[in-house]
Amino acid sequence: MDRRRMTGSTIAEKILAAHSGKDKVSPGEFIDVRVDLVMANDVTAPIAIREFERIGVKSVFDPKRVVMVADHFVPNKDIPSAEQAKMMREFAMKQGLVYFEVGRGGIEHVLLPEQGLVVPGDVVVGADSHTCTYGALGAFATGMGSTDIAAAMATGEIWMKVPPTIKLLYHGRPGRWVGGKDLILYTIGDIGVDGALYCAMEFCGEAIDSLSMDGRFTMANMAIEAGAKAGIFRVDNKASAYVKARALRPYKVYEPDNDARYERVIEYNASKIEPQVAFPHLPSNTRPISEVGEVRIDQVVIGSCTNGRIEDMEVAAEVLKWRRVHPEVRLIIIPGSQEVYLEAMRRGLIEAFVRAGAAVSTPTCGPCLGGHMGVLAPGERCISTTNRNFAGRMGSSQSEVYLANPAIAAASAILGRIASPEEVAI
Amino acid sequence: MKLKGKAHKYGANIDTDAIIPARYLNLSDPDQLAGHCMEGIDSDFLNRVQPGDIIVAATNFGCGSSREHAPIAIKAAGISCVIARSFARIFFRNAINIGLPLLECAPAGEIEQGDELEVELSSGEIRDITRDKLFKAEPYPDFMLELISAGGLIEHTKKKIEARRSL
Repeated sequence: MDRRRMTGSTIAEKILAAHSGKDKVSPGEFIDVRVDLVMANDVTAPIAIREFERIGVKSVFDPKRVVMVADHFVPNKDIPSAEQAKMMREFAMKQGLVYFEVGRGGIEHVLLPEQGLVVPGDVVVGADSHTCTYGALGAFATGMGSTDIAAAMATGEIWMKVPPTIKLLYHGRPGRWVGGKDLILYTIGDIGVDGALYCAMEFCGEAIDSLSMDGRFTMANMAIEAGAKAGIFRVDNKASAYVKARALRPYKVYEPDNDARYERVIEYNASKIEPQVAFPHLPSNTRPISEVGEVRIDQVVIGSCTNGRIEDMEVAAEVLKWRRVHPEVRLIIIPGSQEVYLEAMRRGLIEAFVRAGAAVSTPTCGPCLGGHMGVLAPGERCISTTNRNFAGRMGSSQSEVYLANPAIAAASAILGRIASPEEVAI
Repeated sequence: MKLKGKAHKYGANIDTDAIIPARYLNLSDPDQLAGHCMEGIDSDFLNRVQPGDIIVAATNFGCGSSREHAPIAIKAAGISCVIARSFARIFFRNAINIGLPLLECAPAGEIEQGDELEVELSSGEIRDITRDKLFKAEPYPDFMLELISAGGLIEHTKKKIEARRSL
């Protein structure tokens, strides 16, 4: 028997082996990895470009595989951010990169899968921590800093340490208002914000099979919130259908071996998991909605790379339709991309939002990171469908952010306090 | 290489929004970023910090965003190295890439705010002069040492490209 076959490989290990010219890789091994796609945005690209220019090569390794997205502080909120966007735009034009301008794109992690730029089996590195979102397509995608991205742009390669994989198995079927957001918040609440530090998370089980692609993107997106390097899903029929309609390149699907070695296997009964709310100031500080108590709110944000997809808009509209936002609350809804915006418009969701009294914004990361379009004052409290609730994340360090799914966010906007959609009889 | 300075002590899960709040991500100049270092968690940090000083923290230091602005701000504020029980992985890469030394050391939790420290990077020895204690950090893997001795990722990449050209 071939020794290398004595233990199998996880999805992450198979993808990394295939991209480093090896038959097999093991956790802890340092490897040079060929990348399929490199990404940066308007806040991380300027430093990446500066470092790229220091390397001294004239052009990027392959302009079709380098993507730049204007999404964080756009439409530009001030002069310095306009300068950064300008620097990125000029570099992208000069190099002939794949570039998404304001009005033709959206939030990077909503946009790239939707545009077919990421396919199963890819290795993607992005100068944004939520690059792990693409794991929902069976890709190995991970966030890095600007200097790493500069090196990857120049060479098409990057060094990595092969991560151990944690397998997360979700049994049963999630309840009515339970989505990908709740499964991942529950998981982070269980294992902690460094519970998967340096690891790849492999999500599987009946509850995952039943989850929509949008729900899977939400889960993979927040793998970083448990410290993970990547969050990966198997490519099933649902994922295949999603990819086939969009893929711009041929791709290869990697399956985990039955005898793959996992650092840990964690099992949950998804049918017992309630909608979750993460209290300030950590995503792991979770409580089931039934134990939240009376928490008054000033602002609600529905959107972001976590929950700014069409299903999230649908869920929010289902709760908000024919209702009014509470007089003391601001509701800000941000479709994640132009495509999501247009589809929400076609389905009448935007009208439902505006009639309910919500502010609907052009796609932007905006308030999620306290950039613009909904920054909080001292003492203010917001419930948000975003991914982080660190102190000061959405503005003042004296403000508070609670994380939840779009149904809870919408119900809270109506009632003026953190509430379950069950409380606004549908 | 010997580093010497006073300890600035923090707890667990010090996130990148605490190190450099996102409202300053419209800046990329190191000195400008340094002017807001640790602003999210410690408004007095910039008044106290002296060149060479050392940040000491518990687990998962630098968690959250991939913003390289975080280690850039720390380095430009004059901090010579960061000692923590563990680091978030993107922060770890970013710091090594730009030449901000990190030391992973569990017992360093005994170090207190303001302690005078001396760090020998090559051996990973951390001496708490105030308390007369010696701690040992986890050694770097060979690959990381290679990266550090090359002078960071950009220099390492330059060498790699040069080596390929000469093939």
